[in-house]
Amino acid sequence: MKKTAEIVIIGGGMAGLATAYNLAAMGMKDIVVCEKSYLMSGSTGRCGAGVRAQWGTEMNCLLGKASIEIFENLNEILDYEGDIEFKQGGYLLMAITEKEVEQFKKNIALQNSLGIKSVLLTPQEALDIVPELNIEGILACAFHQKDGHANPFHTMIAYAEAAKRLGVEINTFTEVTGIIVENNKVKGVKTNKGDIMTDKILIAAGAWSREIGKMAGVDIPVRPERHQILVTEPVNPKLGPMIMSFAGNIYLQQEPGGEFIMGFGPAEHETYSVTSTWDFIETMCKKAVRYLPYLKNIRIVRQWSGLYEMSPDAQPILGKADNVEGVYIATGYSGHGFMFGPITGVLMAQYILGLPTTIPIDKLDLGRFERGELIFEPSVV
Amino acid sequence: MKSKTIICRCEDVTLEEIEALIEKGYTTMDEIKRITRCGMGQCQGRTCRSLLLAELAKATKTNPAEIKITTFRPPAKNIKMAAILGGVENEENS
Repeated sequence: MKKTAEIVIIGGGMAGLATAYNLAAMGMKDIVVCEKSYLMSGSTGRCGAGVRAQWGTEMNCLLGKASIEIFENLNEILDYEGDIEFKQGGYLLMAITEKEVEQFKKNIALQNSLGIKSVLLTPQEALDIVPELNIEGILACAFHQKDGHANPFHTMIAYAEAAKRLGVEINTFTEVTGIIVENNKVKGVKTNKGDIMTDKILIAAGAWSREIGKMAGVDIPVRPERHQILVTEPVNPKLGPMIMSFAGNIYLQQEPGGEFIMGFGPAEHETYSVTSTWDFIETMCKKAVRYLPYLKNIRIVRQWSGLYEMSPDAQPILGKADNVEGVYIATGYSGHGFMFGPITGVLMAQYILGLPTTIPIDKLDLGRFERGELIFEPSVV
Repeated sequence: MKSKTIICRCEDVTLEEIEALIEKGYTTMDEIKRITRCGMGQCQGRTCRSLLLAELAKATKTNPAEIKITTFRPPAKNIKMAAILGGVENEENS
């Protein structure tokens, strides 16, 4: 392990690896990534894998759209020998309350103004996309063909391998135990495998970012929230889009390999636990069969869980700390770190190198919470 | 034709693929599982979990007892959604 670095990136998940790769591609040397466990152990490796541009805030729409454009070409960009399995079957968002229909109309107007070609569909029109959808109780749907999902494992390995080829050092099972700060400036990072001297760190530690922030004396207001998920046996491909309902609290998609993956948002206390519960399976089955009755004959093979790192307004926190020089932050994705990873990797690399960012990220800075300038995202599960 | 030894029958993962990943530095069961899907299929690793463990131990010259095994996740056996919903109905009617 290197003893000195230009930057130490804390967290080997999507945010950390994508930023490491982009920094290296833009010419930075001596980049070190510290991951406390194995690669893919954290939230990215446990996520629902969705990628969408259909959002309710301008910032998220721009991030989502730009990420999709990168995902479309990611195998080539990263010269990956495998396949990130990006499937653009669209996202079909189902409105089940009048209030949601109104919100969808607002969202679509915003999305269209930003070049996202989403459309509002009647339930009958939705049947053209998902013929076996039970439309009872669905008032309208929003659809965007370019949304979809990718394989988080292969996406991370593609970034990790590309970063390594550019000289990035990725240290797994390397837990950061302290940040050395002198005169309000970062001087180094303490790990269970020794110290690394550096004047820059990137906190990309997902649900653990608040703990890392504390080590540097920076308050990062994210809290860990467990989300459970399950996967079925593979069957012949029949579901094109990710289907999702915010009020109904469900998302459900079929992998290119034929497995259905599905989950919903919990009402849970703050926790770092990633255990699974029987309650989840029962509720999940009810929700899933309600929309796609044919699922009742399909077998569940596995359930697991992972952590969202929730920010106070459910939008990412990108930028730097004001009180300690050299602390950069890419966290608070609130369940959307995988899909926003490709673009925020580019933006954070530009930001850290002092270059103009291709999408302005000043509104997503840490200081917004103190200033009270929160940007609430209405469209989350 | 190159000979192929199947380690994971559900996901068609070969010994050659696993050896190539170990060669690349992926030396945990968890990483190999996620990259190849070894153990993620219908049977949830009933056969391949121990085969992967043995191959990893051999390749890294480690005592198998010291290698962290992938998590056993519920349900214990694959189960139709209808069976679970049937159970829910029984509880609600009792």
